[in-house]
Amino acid sequence: MTLDTTEIFDQVCELIAPFNQKAVSIETDTTFATDLELDSLSVMDMLAAIEDHFDVTVPLNILPDLETVGQVAQAIKKILDEEN
Amino acid sequence: MTTDLFDKFDSIMAEYNQLPKGELNPFTVTMEAVISPTEAIINGKKTILAGTNNYMGMTYNQECMDAAEDALKYFGTGTTGSRVLNGTYHGHKKLEETLKDFYDVDHAIVFSTGYQANLGVIATVAGPKDYVVIDADSHASIYDGCAMGNATVIRFSHNDPENLEKRLARIRRKDPDAGILVVIEGVYSMLGDQAPIKELAVAAKKHDAFVLVDEAHSIGVFGQTGRGVAQEQGVEHLVDFTVGTFSKSVGTVGGYCVSNHPKFETLRLVCRPYVFTASLPPSVVASANKALELIKDSNLRVKLLENSMRLNKGLDSAGFNMGTTGESPIAAIIIDDKQTAIAYWQNMMQEGVYVNLAVPPATPNGLNLMRCSLSAAHSSEQIDFMLEKFIAIGAKLGVLD
Repeated sequence: MTLDTTEIFDQVCELIAPFNQKAVSIETDTTFATDLELDSLSVMDMLAAIEDHFDVTVPLNILPDLETVGQVAQAIKKILDEEN
Repeated sequence: MTTDLFDKFDSIMAEYNQLPKGELNPFTVTMEAVISPTEAIINGKKTILAGTNNYMGMTYNQECMDAAEDALKYFGTGTTGSRVLNGTYHGHKKLEETLKDFYDVDHAIVFSTGYQANLGVIATVAGPKDYVVIDADSHASIYDGCAMGNATVIRFSHNDPENLEKRLARIRRKDPDAGILVVIEGVYSMLGDQAPIKELAVAAKKHDAFVLVDEAHSIGVFGQTGRGVAQEQGVEHLVDFTVGTFSKSVGTVGGYCVSNHPKFETLRLVCRPYVFTASLPPSVVASANKALELIKDSNLRVKLLENSMRLNKGLDSAGFNMGTTGESPIAAIIIDDKQTAIAYWQNMMQEGVYVNLAVPPATPNGLNLMRCSLSAAHSSEQIDFMLEKFIAIGAKLGVLD
């Protein structure tokens, strides 16, 4: 089964919920550092949850390129497409 | 307008500037004089050192000091050169022989610091098509080794073999032939917990990964001859690379990596943090060499763990929220908020006890800690004095009920 980016985005939003302590409404351009106020360690923990949910490997190396929730959804889509 | 390169640190400096200046600032402690491995003069006051990672008290060992003095006299103050140029003296070779003997391995390489040993080995052996898989709570030197190298970096949950296995399986599914390096630490410095090296290494070997164990906080402390946690757990045969430091149990500065890998010596040519830095001064090398000989045959680790458990048990029964559990050279209590942790640290200093204030990002899970590292050189009276001060200040600040 292949997921489209919107489906992935929705699932990523659910996975981010536990880290969204200020209950910010999440859009594709919501940023982790500024909007969600997550430090780099929290972002890495969040990434681990995303890895396990989608059963993919998300290298720490791509972290600097992932500033927004939308970018994470796109990165997961890309990884899933490559693996299938 | 162009960017001031320092603007990016404004938020960090704003937080730092809220701390008091002078002697109550936890990040500007200055030792005016050092009396022994366990006592120094700080702010004009005699202070018990309870956070210096000087596990064996080797900094003032007479034999180590004599060896250093001799080396200073005969070989001078420094080598002024890299190991691959003019910076390899007889002492450096001898130290590597001592390490080979200490670990009973074929190869040993000495680095100028423990940080550089991790940086160099990880960044060099894991190349562009390889993977480094690290524990989430790894020391900065491991993260920095990953950042310096070109390998793909994956994190697994702290001390969780199942989580590691899952990540290794994913890598293998995608990349059946890739080289993989799994990096773990024998003892994690903040909470003093040990890695289940056996379970982690078995998971690694199942997927044909190499295993590197950093024994920085466990050399001298664990294992029958002080080699570390891998020896203690009887799993040295599952470890491909052991990294460590001379800056804790060994009482000086420097780092090393030992291995039985037949091509290990290649690192001397390709490992940039080994090649492009000056080698250790002869006096440092001589004292490290002597300390390793002494550690191997000593029972200082028994005294160290006795001291540590005396403090840990005392704190635990006083009702503190303990960060450390089980046998460890470290004692740490968890303080709910950072401001109280800072006040706690200041009060301890005023009472003549130096401990570590450990706050995020140096700590796991956002914890604020009062962290102690014990020494075999501490007396029972010193431990009881620390305990008394911990309890009195805990009551004063409302940390204890």
